[in-house]
Amino acid sequence: MQTVNTQTLIERASALLKDGTVSAVLGWKRGEFDYDMTPAVFTTEEELSAGFVYNDFCGANLSKYLLKKTREIQGKILVFLKPCDTYSFNQLLTEHRIHRENAYVIGVPCNGMADIHSIRKITGEGIARVELTDSGLLVHTLYDDAPVAVSYEDAMADRCKTCKSKKHVAYDELLGEEGDVLDSHRFDEVAKLEAMTPDERFAFWQGELSRCIRCNACRDVCPACTCEKCVFDNPDSGVENKAPGGDFEEKMFHIIRAFHVAGRCTDCGECSRVCPQDIPLHLLNRKFISDINKTYGEYQAGETADQRPPLVNFTQNDPEPSDVVKGGHDHA
Amino acid sequence: MLKCNLSQLDNLFAAVAEAMPLYLPTQGKNGANYTKWQSGAVWSNTCNTQKGPKDLFFPQSEDLMAFKTQGKSIEIIDTRNEAEDFAVFGVRACDVKSLEILDRVFLSEPKDSYYASRREHGIIISLACNRPTENCFCGSFGIDASSPNGDVTCWLTEDALYLRANTEKGEKFMALAAPFVTECDDTAAEAQKEKIGKIMARLPLADLKTDAFGGGKTEEFFNSPQWEKLSESCLGCGTCTFVCPTCQCYDIRDYKTNDGVVRYRCWDSCMYSEFTRMAHGNNRNSQKERFRQRFMHKLVYFPENNDGVFSCVGCGRCLAKCPISMNIVKVMKALEGEQNG
Repeated sequence: MQTVNTQTLIERASALLKDGTVSAVLGWKRGEFDYDMTPAVFTTEEELSAGFVYNDFCGANLSKYLLKKTREIQGKILVFLKPCDTYSFNQLLTEHRIHRENAYVIGVPCNGMADIHSIRKITGEGIARVELTDSGLLVHTLYDDAPVAVSYEDAMADRCKTCKSKKHVAYDELLGEEGDVLDSHRFDEVAKLEAMTPDERFAFWQGELSRCIRCNACRDVCPACTCEKCVFDNPDSGVENKAPGGDFEEKMFHIIRAFHVAGRCTDCGECSRVCPQDIPLHLLNRKFISDINKTYGEYQAGETADQRPPLVNFTQNDPEPSDVVKGGHDHA
Repeated sequence: MLKCNLSQLDNLFAAVAEAMPLYLPTQGKNGANYTKWQSGAVWSNTCNTQKGPKDLFFPQSEDLMAFKTQGKSIEIIDTRNEAEDFAVFGVRACDVKSLEILDRVFLSEPKDSYYASRREHGIIISLACNRPTENCFCGSFGIDASSPNGDVTCWLTEDALYLRANTEKGEKFMALAAPFVTECDDTAAEAQKEKIGKIMARLPLADLKTDAFGGGKTEEFFNSPQWEKLSESCLGCGTCTFVCPTCQCYDIRDYKTNDGVVRYRCWDSCMYSEFTRMAHGNNRNSQKERFRQRFMHKLVYFPENNDGVFSCVGCGRCLAKCPISMNIVKVMKALEGEQNG
């Protein structure tokens, strides 16, 4: 359960709209059910009261929307960012992708977001209502079954179980209590991959990536993917493709994307959240983060807005490529 | 009506699979999907598969033909295989209807021979939905989840599967099933239908209406100010189109190989910036226009050209899968509200 509630956010947003500090509010809008929030822009107090919501189903990271919104808005846009979202925000600032002066950032605390897919795995399908109570979620189904109690921990999205930080690294004002950077154990999942033999690892990724349907949701949601025209959408690039043409192409897309965001990915986990095929794409990126940490020293993308990412920053202490590329497979 | 005790169901599957490829929903890491039955496969009775049976008739990518070059000569190679009979078990009412919608596109002249051949050989064994979910709204499109179409219709109770053949192709399947079934009356199936009807009536989207939409409504909705708001957070990904059982747009490309060219087609998405490029470029330059196209096609243009039939079957996959939870239900309610308000 979140410590700051919808009403607190609506009141603050309404006040900032009223005194002219901001001309629009970027937040989450209530949907048809208790869990299907949509990112939306609100411009009046009435709109906020009618639809704005902040609760355990507001997982969407709003920072990437600022790319467009801060360029087109007259005045400032208020955006609510959770701690992990603020890392994306900083990274976008680092890359000069958003107009900082047109954004008013309110940091909101986050206790971890629930994921409807995690919940369905416990309760089954046919969710009529989800009550958020102090002790956990109470899930009512459409059938004659008794409601199912699900703990917040069990309902949580996988990415939130290894949350790296409850601390906001960028904001104009903060609601609620500030948190700390956490010892997340998020690299344990990478260690599991590294412990595999090359053949096992290949089989693992083949199994995962062969489900890819090339919907591009991972790329389109990614705050690090901000190219005006992606190479995979560009008919003149020679590598444009709209469907997986075979096992190889699927790997091409995801691996090239992972290389492209390496050193810039903040590990927000949106890629895995949106994947309709449940592919743990964040693990590819996290492996790169882990390698960068080992090779160039600890680095967290988005920690501040003025860092030089290690892969574009030459120092005399940089290891030689031959020290780094040892390869993991005996091809002989 | 025939009855197959559930203890005999795997034997029935095995017998069918012996005679022809049998596809049915099985549980995978990300939910159920249609897979080819093999010994030991466990059929999943989940309400809806992640992707519909569309792939079995209209695969995401397929080769259309090949060209082999030698010097200045070009040989055109027909890469089609004569499709063999196959059976698809457990198809829900919405997905059966989705194939009828695809038929209108691919089987109208000039017929798409690739699709037509698979349709001709595919036997659809449908199954009533015992547990429709909150995302289901097939009823809004006149589909009865308790009584699906198909070559064979099935109903499932706690201990048995009840089967009724509807077509000649269905009889072919029934002949294979014969050793595992017994004759019975339709009491159990009727009771199951009634149970399903009660759940359908209390689905959260049961009252979704389509009256506001249909052919001839282009003027009314095309310039609606709602599109701006509805599309503002759309990522422009292709998830909704790729999980949709009725989306049928594709692209055709040539792929160069060492000694020739392979011409293939693959699904395309109206949500993509490179969709339907024309000599002058793309005719829909903003995500708002692309978003509008998808819903106008389903709710207005398609019925206009197809005797009032909408190209949505209310399967709810886009509701379950959209990364930002924007979908046709929200669009319909917003546009309808505007009309009424």
